[in-house]
Amino acid sequence: MANEAQIPIGSDFDIVAARRQGRELALKLGFHGGDVTLIAAAISEMARNIVDHAKKGEMTFERIQNGTKNGIQIIARDDGPGIPDVNQAMQYGYSTRRGLGVGLPGAKWLMDEFDIVSKVGKGTTVTMKKWLT
Amino acid sequence: MVVPILKQGPYLIATIPTALTDADLQGLRDGLVSQVGRCRSRGVVVDITALDVMDSFAVRTLRDVAHMTRLRGAETVIVGIQPEVAFAMVQLGLTLEGIGTSLDLEEGLTFLEQQTKRKVKDGK
Repeated sequence: MANEAQIPIGSDFDIVAARRQGRELALKLGFHGGDVTLIAAAISEMARNIVDHAKKGEMTFERIQNGTKNGIQIIARDDGPGIPDVNQAMQYGYSTRRGLGVGLPGAKWLMDEFDIVSKVGKGTTVTMKKWLT
Repeated sequence: MVVPILKQGPYLIATIPTALTDADLQGLRDGLVSQVGRCRSRGVVVDITALDVMDSFAVRTLRDVAHMTRLRGAETVIVGIQPEVAFAMVQLGLTLEGIGTSLDLEEGLTFLEQQTKRKVKDGK
């Protein structure tokens, strides 16, 4: 497996595939059990957001470096309806589809860096990073 | 992938594989809720030892299993939550409030025995 992977997301099968690929890359980059599971959980939440809200999109995983630090970057991108109020969507417990409202804020907690850009009618891009410590 | 549901005396046991799609998990939920009636079960054990990750969807569905089977008269216990999975759940703020959890299958069956005995004693 190369140091990056790109996965189309369009069904709940793809959520499982994304989780597996992300897990494999994280292990390869040297992450350990607990962190690998955290990364897989964050991937799962973001992949499910794509399927539920945008129907389809893609996720990319890649190795990143900053000086001597190594890490993994996960980007979830879709051309879906976008999020009208990102601040509201980032609130714990807020959900538009009777979910738990955990996905976005939860993923932010799991990762070291989290960035979300969303435009109504254009789509949403979430970029997350986790560094090896 | 359909998760097999085993009948063990008055209990149902379902062992979740490493990776499960949302649809499979919902299928398991519906299967357990209906089989509780068919088998007249008093308890359900869901073993998630092999599960790679518990995300919000999995937690919500397992909560649904527990609440739905309870409405049908059976207690549910979740067993086999691995340390990393527990860590990720806590980080995500996910809880299994009001649902029994046990270390492994053996403990889970003991837990159910205690629960169902108490029900009989209390006349509930």
